[in-house]
Amino acid sequence: MSENKDLMTVKIGLAEMLRNGVIMDVTNAEQAKIAEDAGAVAVMALERVPSDIRAEGGVARMADPMIIEKIQKTVSIPVMAKVRIGHFAEAQLLEAMKVDFIDESEVLTPADYENHVDKFKFKIPFVCGCRNLSEALRRIGEGAAMIRTKGEAGTGDVSEAVRHLRLINRQMKELTVLSKDEIFVRAKELAAPLHLVQYIAEHGKLPVPNFAAGGIATPADASLCMQLGAESVFVGSGIFKSENPQLMAKAIVISVARFDDPKALVEVSRHLGAGMKGRSVASIDESDLLHTR
Amino acid sequence: MSKKSPIIGILALQGDYQKHTQILDKINVSSVEVHRAEDFERIDRLIIPGGESTVMLKLMKRLGLEDAFTEFIKNKPVWGTCAGMVLLASQVNNHSQQTYDAIDIVVDRNGYGRQYFSSVEPSLFEMNGFCEKINLVFIRAPRVINVGKGVRTLISWNNDPVFLSQNNILVSSFHPELTGSSFLHDYFAHNFQSDAYK
Repeated sequence: MSENKDLMTVKIGLAEMLRNGVIMDVTNAEQAKIAEDAGAVAVMALERVPSDIRAEGGVARMADPMIIEKIQKTVSIPVMAKVRIGHFAEAQLLEAMKVDFIDESEVLTPADYENHVDKFKFKIPFVCGCRNLSEALRRIGEGAAMIRTKGEAGTGDVSEAVRHLRLINRQMKELTVLSKDEIFVRAKELAAPLHLVQYIAEHGKLPVPNFAAGGIATPADASLCMQLGAESVFVGSGIFKSENPQLMAKAIVISVARFDDPKALVEVSRHLGAGMKGRSVASIDESDLLHTR
Repeated sequence: MSKKSPIIGILALQGDYQKHTQILDKINVSSVEVHRAEDFERIDRLIIPGGESTVMLKLMKRLGLEDAFTEFIKNKPVWGTCAGMVLLASQVNNHSQQTYDAIDIVVDRNGYGRQYFSSVEPSLFEMNGFCEKINLVFIRAPRVINVGKGVRTLISWNNDPVFLSQNNILVSSFHPELTGSSFLHDYFAHNFQSDAYK
């Protein structure tokens, strides 16, 4: 029991260390170096950024181990990588490669439409996406050490991330004003573990860090998410699909550290060049949405 | 209530600085987050939290805190935890990276390996006849590989020094803010370098 507790301490501990830092999607060692030099707190290794997955279609899987290993050799910051939802074998491969953090991600094609990975079985911490408190608490119940919004990846449209952040915060606030005997039914309605629902009712926040992800494309987007209560941000296509990735990456790092200082945001937003072109979530067919996975 | 509590600043550029604030709140020690150069004027002591040292280095420069920081660490009590230890060391051995050379130690960043090797290890802290059980939380921790003459080792684990001091500088390669114990925070706030405030 104490060993499990210690393991959760170091898993959530690494998530805590990443707070107020920007996690950037990279597809090769050169991009990883650019991200590290710009001040990324960690890099997410994947084969294609979400906007390319969206454009090219096909089945999206865990990245080639060669790519991940090259990135591990190139940077000294933590290296994360994605596995398909429910694909515990991909997760075992990443653990064997000593990746620092695993993202069980809806951006990749799901491997299991019913079950997620039992994340308690791994020494490596997991982050999972969610759209609402119910999903967040189920993922934490399965052992996730960090939660991020799903947003709608690869769009450059921040609206879904905003929707998810606001909803989770509202649902948490609602729990804090319920009386103890009302929590039981609420846990049933949320389809979430009772002890986690009770934790939220008492503390008003998740027991693990909560980051924003999905559609963040500018310094102002990052600031918006931070002001809505995100403890930091993941940026996917937003950096390496912009006109000047170095500048965009640096600017987003500053915008997270200075999210409440509009003047600082103006400074870093000048001469950035064009952000990723993107497409609005409203223009995407429902069957092509990633966040519903 | 005879002890006057100093105001502790917590470097709030990146990392788990809120965790330090929570522990200081628990023991009724006033703290402020240090975001800007002028914040250093309001504080008596400084904690540098865990996080990524490379990110803190960059933000220190880009956000204009470096001069005030360098001045502060010359003679005020400063405690660097994990990434904070890396910043205060005289040298990083395994990466080419700037440090502020405030304590005479050489460190390897992530000296015990990647996250897979992060762990919690039970230990004891003995000081002036007191003995306290401390859980050492190591997360991609730096490893001290060389210790200068004027440096005192306060806790060792597996023959590695993990808690050390020299003059006004205190460093730990582990995360005291993640154990739930406030013992070391109390020590830093009230006992460490307390002569300086008599």
